[in-house]
Amino acid sequence: MAAQTFEAAPSRRRFSLGHTLTVGVLVLALLFYLMPVYVMVINGLKDATNVSLDTMWNLPQSLTGGGFVEAWNKLSPNMLNSLEMVIPATILSAIIGAINGFVLSKWKFRGSDVLFTIMLFGFFIPYQSILLPLVQFMQTIKLYGTIPGLILVHVIYGVPVTTLIFRNFYANVPNELIEAARVDGAGMGTIFTRIMLPLSIPAFVVVGIFQFTNIWNDFLFGVTVVPNPAAQPVTIALNNLSGSFSVDWNVVMAGAVVAALPTALIYILLSRYFIRGLLAGSVKG
Amino acid sequence: MSNSAAAAAGQSVALSAGHAQHRWKGLTPFLVLLPSLIALVIFVYGFICVTLFISLSNWNTLKPDNTLRIPFGQTYVDLFSTPRFQADLRNTLVFTVLFILIATLVGLGLAILIDFNRKLFVIPFFRNVYLFPYALSFVVTGVAWRWIFNPETGINLFFDMFGINQLLASLGQAPLKPGWTTDPTVAFQLNGILEQVLGTEMRVKLGIPVALIPVAIAGMWQLSGFVMAMYLGGMTTISDEIREAARIDGATEWQVYRRVIIPLLRPVTISVVIILLHVSLKIFDLVITMSGVGPAFATDMPAIYVFETTFKATRYNLGMAAAIVMLILAAFVIVPYLARSLRQSEE
Repeated sequence: MAAQTFEAAPSRRRFSLGHTLTVGVLVLALLFYLMPVYVMVINGLKDATNVSLDTMWNLPQSLTGGGFVEAWNKLSPNMLNSLEMVIPATILSAIIGAINGFVLSKWKFRGSDVLFTIMLFGFFIPYQSILLPLVQFMQTIKLYGTIPGLILVHVIYGVPVTTLIFRNFYANVPNELIEAARVDGAGMGTIFTRIMLPLSIPAFVVVGIFQFTNIWNDFLFGVTVVPNPAAQPVTIALNNLSGSFSVDWNVVMAGAVVAALPTALIYILLSRYFIRGLLAGSVKG
Repeated sequence: MSNSAAAAAGQSVALSAGHAQHRWKGLTPFLVLLPSLIALVIFVYGFICVTLFISLSNWNTLKPDNTLRIPFGQTYVDLFSTPRFQADLRNTLVFTVLFILIATLVGLGLAILIDFNRKLFVIPFFRNVYLFPYALSFVVTGVAWRWIFNPETGINLFFDMFGINQLLASLGQAPLKPGWTTDPTVAFQLNGILEQVLGTEMRVKLGIPVALIPVAIAGMWQLSGFVMAMYLGGMTTISDEIREAARIDGATEWQVYRRVIIPLLRPVTISVVIILLHVSLKIFDLVITMSGVGPAFATDMPAIYVFETTFKATRYNLGMAAAIVMLILAAFVIVPYLARSLRQSEE
């Protein structure tokens, strides 16, 4: 504290040039990061008659909804597919991750760290190396080409990272809490449901956002496990729209905004938890 | 192996319950973990084994063929002599270096500038904007940047709007119109030197495909905010006393960052590079939507090769061999990382 008040005078002097220049750089960076968003929104709002390659950076001349109506008509069935996939897959992988994370942090046994590492490997592999057997397996169990099939895939390959996040979260819960409950005669099942779960709401929010974003944004599993365009998630539908020569690019731009909207909204509304989630999923404890 | 927390918990069981359960104390938690473990053993390790087997088999058409290909491993020989796959390996290397370099530098730069100006009220807003692309799908990023780097529009319009082309015209020069992802140029070709050293003719231009630069920029746009967030997370663990001490010793603000903070952020840098490596080695959706395979496979990637060879050309053994090569490349990154984390958690 004392040091800060002591510092106040020289730091005010330093503010002038260095801070002005660096804030200028930050403003330029801001323009760079917003540029693609601007391009998508502005051109999505133009209608087919006034969208032109020469005037990409210009504002739309009228606000009639432009490409959004057609983009929504084309993508809304796939948006629904994505929702039907992402909600159950997020919930299931979060619950399984919570149970596993509890076992691996507060109910450890000989070899549990090694088993966890074996599980975590599944989060890091390039999925190309399991894709063909996965497709064959889905065909065998008759889930190929279906949303339940995609849910299964996302739950299984999501469990390593949800386990990781919950394990790191529970590791910070004091052991005394559990020991006290055990002395009172509570079993581990009771400790998990009565003590740990009520404490885990922030972790569920973090994992929920992390998984929702990951699964919504997935492309590879969607395009290989579900070949039928009508049943595909929105990311694949957007790619098809973008590659189609019969669709104007204002519609493609509007489609990109539509497909990005759910995760963008989550980010805007819950950015604090979003940042926590990405740090929890990447910096390992 | 058994960590002190688990030991403490075990002891309290023995004290309170004090019966045979103590001997089996590892069994119940193991059984709880078992379903996930079985699923992952099948879906990860089992499927990898199947992929490896297919890569060694004769299965080369729609009709499954489970016989082993003779000579053993011939598909891998075929794969590495395919010019397209050679180009893919070149592209992975070039893209990885470019992308990690710019994403890390930009992310670190933003983190430092944000940290330097952290008392300013707009800074949280700036930070949130920089991180925003990370919430989007690579498909969305690819679609947007595909148009920004389209030679007929986007960036190239700037050269007219900002008078650069007019200036060039007045100097008698042709207007600036880079082809970006459609440019087949491979810069800094090493074929001449390598062919002299190796004594064989190479079928792929070894150098830097310039078409990869826009793709790396789009990748940087998406992930530099994440890098920034990682560094900012690391900076919060550096106490103000350390900064103060450096200032009292006469260090300028820039020196505090260069000499004190950046070296202390080394563990973050390692994590960042590992995560970005992991992204770049399997990059797929961004490239598919932004540029596809590119001119003369200038932006093709192993992940696209696996996908097209397996699911479009139905040359299953070849596609799976490429998938195994991808896995091995990724394993060079993953295995040391996991081994390090395992050591840390056992301590």
